[in-house]
This record gives sequence, structure tokens and C-alpha cells, in this order.
Amino acid sequence: MSERRRNLYLRVGLAITGVITLLAVLGCFWTPYDPSAMNSAEMYASPSLRHLFGTDNFGRDVFSRVMKGVSTTYLISLATVALGAAVGVVVGALTGYFGGVIDDILMRVNDAVTAFPSILLALVFISLLGFGKYNVILALGVAFIPSYARVVRSEFARHREMNYVKSAHLMGATHRRIMFVHILPNTRAVILPTLVIGFNNAVLAEASMSYLGIGVRSPDVSLGYMLSESQSYMSSAPWYVLCTGMTIVLLILGFSLVGEGLQQEGR
Amino acid sequence: MLEIRDLHVQFHTSDHEAVRGIDLKVDDGEIMGLVGESGSGKTVTAMMVAGLLQSDRVKTKGQILLDGEDLLRADGDDLRRRQGKDICVVFQEPMSALNPVMRIGPQVEECLRVHTKLSKAERRELALQAMRDVDLDDVEEVYKKYPHELSGGMLQRVCIAAAIVSRPRLLLADEPTTALDVTIQAQILELLKRLNRERDMSILFISHNLNVVRKLCTRVAVMERGLIVEEGETDQVFHRPQAPYTQRLIAAIPTRRKIDG
Repeated sequence: MSERRRNLYLRVGLAITGVITLLAVLGCFWTPYDPSAMNSAEMYASPSLRHLFGTDNFGRDVFSRVMKGVSTTYLISLATVALGAAVGVVVGALTGYFGGVIDDILMRVNDAVTAFPSILLALVFISLLGFGKYNVILALGVAFIPSYARVVRSEFARHREMNYVKSAHLMGATHRRIMFVHILPNTRAVILPTLVIGFNNAVLAEASMSYLGIGVRSPDVSLGYMLSESQSYMSSAPWYVLCTGMTIVLLILGFSLVGEGLQQEGR
Repeated sequence: MLEIRDLHVQFHTSDHEAVRGIDLKVDDGEIMGLVGESGSGKTVTAMMVAGLLQSDRVKTKGQILLDGEDLLRADGDDLRRRQGKDICVVFQEPMSALNPVMRIGPQVEECLRVHTKLSKAERRELALQAMRDVDLDDVEEVYKKYPHELSGGMLQRVCIAAAIVSRPRLLLADEPTTALDVTIQAQILELLKRLNRERDMSILFISHNLNVVRKLCTRVAVMERGLIVEEGETDQVFHRPQAPYTQRLIAAIPTRRKIDG
């Protein structure tokens, strides 16, 4: 792959991601209209300069709701990735580095978790813990641990046998130091793209959970929640469902391109 | 200082012993050569001394005494205190012996960071000194570089610097010149000789290259299939080899006359 092409991936990806991230961050503090304020004078208004993405059945500004929704989705996905990756990296590091009994036990637990579809697992969690965005984070985070653990484990198992690790061991470095100071930085070329893909999966998982009504609840809005809300008005306010859906697509496209770009960069 | 007594090593995955009862002594300040063909057990012996083969992979018998203390019976923490402080290793492949994403400087300092409470500046000073001692130029520059930016010979010097920075008393050199070309090889051998003299550091030099051993070592032990078949002063072993295996090994050294035919 040519230098230019791979930079293109990264650049376009960063541009899309940048715009959406800006909207998400902005959405935490300020939106053009109150995202849940109803306005009976302007129901089903089509997109205009006053309402960039139009209004919905209650006359709420869709653009403001998308901003709010993106920031919620963003937050949930980031937290999910952070939780899953933090635990996954530790589990993967321990199993890959030490091998043996620890490896056998933790990896069988891992297999058990992987055996359930993540949505099903999340559903079980929600039914145990109740609704709300923090429970969504916990549920998805746990469901995503195995995917990180697996990747990190194979990298650690590969590096464990390398001479620089033996050499660090010889110099008397502790296992903890070898794992996290010596090996972990070496695995970044593999972990970074995994994090990005994980983020995308988290966005999709959050969207599907909220769409199915087991995710965030009003007054919180997330993209998936808006999608399920908007489908009833697909004929009277098509911009609502289109703008929401496109935002999800762009969010994922942006991150996938960044991931692809990073992966090329790592080679 | 180092004494190996009746050492047996057997891998769990194998049905015969890799090392079948060897006795070996390395005195203070000497360069001991350990030669033998591939699979003769010389590297396994070195790895045992370095503590790199854990009991989950091998079954052992015998003793490895460092100043009279048995390393095979030492517990983990004690062994770690020994490693790096008293015993250091230089590997065959310098490229893989260094962490590819860490700068050279911190890697040379690693030993000091683990074993001493020196400040960052003091560590840096000692590391730079060690790097000067192994004849690296522009040490300040090299300190900031990554392994892939250096040549093989320079990397091997860096590895040696990392090994000697905390002034160990025994250096295990496992074929340190095999991966290098001949001119660099000679320089590294000179360097090892000088360090041995100046720092009063014993070296256990493992190699299958008899010429190298002959140039460098004061005493030499020959291993064949897990046993030491001959041991003695280098001159004596090379001029009047006793064991048939040693005689065959020496006869196999290419000389100019043989090549000319």
C-alpha cells in the first residue's frame, strides 16, 4: 500500500472523527435548543437554517438531540472500551506471560463468556442490575473483556520467549515490571487497532441495546434510543431517522478508517 | 567463585538428560571457555547458571554454587538479587536481546534501576560511563536512540554495556560473536579481554568456535552430549588433547594448508 493511500485513510478518518467528537464534546455543555423542549408550533418541520436537521413529532430540534445523543453514545462507548480493555489487558498479560494453570483457568472462563452472544450477556446483566447508562457500560464492558484478553494474551505469549524479556528477567526485573514496562509497549501495534474496533462494536452494541429498549432511558438520549423513537415517524419526518442513522454510520466509518490507518502505520 | 557440582538437567518434554552430570569451576578473574557442538548442553548449562530455566520446565540434580551458596536452592527473591548484580548475560543475537520500543539509555540502566536506589542523573552517568567503556562513540547520541537505528556490532556493545553497568563479578557470554562479522568479532573479543582485566570480572564464554576460544580463554572445557569430556589450560588442551572427541574437534579446525589442498 502506498504511503499516500494509507495517510488518506488516517486523514479522512481523523477528519470525520474530529467533527463528531467536537459535536459530542459540545453536546455535553451546549446545544442550539434544549434537546427535550417541546414546541407545538413547529412539529415535523423539515430541515432549514433554523433547525438544521428539522424537528420531530413534539417539535424538538433534531440537531440538538443528535448532539446530545452522540455525546451519550460516545461516553458509553469510551467507558465500555476503557473497562473492557483495562481488565482484558491485565487478564491477557497474566495468562500470556505466565501460562500454565492461570492460563488454563482464566482462558476457560474467557471461553465461557465468549460462548454467549454479547447482546444476550448484556441483556442478562440489565435484567439483574436494572436500566440506566451506567449499567449499560458495565454490561457491555464485561461482555467485551474476552476480545481484548485474547489479543493481548497471544502477544504476550509471543514476546515472553524473546531474548530481551529473558535479559530483563536476568537483570532482576520483577514480573510486573517485565509485563507492563517491557512487553506492553511492544504490543501497541496490535492493541491500538483492537481498541478502535472495540469502540465501533461498543457504539453498535449500545445502539442496538437502546433500540431494543434495554439501554439508556429518557431523559437521557442516545443514538440508538433516537433511532427506535424515530422509526414511527419515518414517513412524516424522514429527516429524523436519516440524520440519526447517518450519524451512527459516520461515527463508525470515521473510527474504522482511523483503525485501518493505524494498522497500516504499524506495519 | 562459581562451582558446578554434578549437575544434571532434564527437560520435562524429553526422555533423556540434556546435561548428564558435569563439574565445572570458574575462578575469580579468569575467562573460562565452554565449547561443544550444537546440542551438547553448553547453553543449557549457562541458562541454569543464569536461572533462566525454571523448575516447571526442567528437572535438575546437583549444585550450582556461587561463593558457596547454592543457586538451585535459592528462593525467587534471593535469586533476583543475585541476577544482574553478580551474574549478567550477553546473548548471541544482539538485535533480539534489546527491547525494540525502548531507547538504548534506559535499557542500559535497567540493572541499576532494579538493584540500586540511585537517582536518575546518577544512573545516567553510570550508563554513559559503561557505554564509553565498551568503546561506543557519541554515547550521548546513542543513549537517545532506538535499537533499530544501530548496527549489529554497536548493539552487541550496548548489550555488553548493559551487562557490565552494575559491575557483575561473572559475565555469561553465550556465543556473543557468532552473529557478527569477523572484524567486529575480533573487536568484541578484545573488548571482553580488556573488561576482564580492568574490571576483574570472570567470564564464562560459550562458543562452538574453537579459534575464538583459543584466542580468548585461559582455561577451556569441552562438552559432548551433556558431559564434559576434557578440561584444562587452553594451551594444553589445544596442543595435547586427551579425549578423542577433542582431537576430532581440533582436527576439524580449517587451516590455510587444508584449504589450499
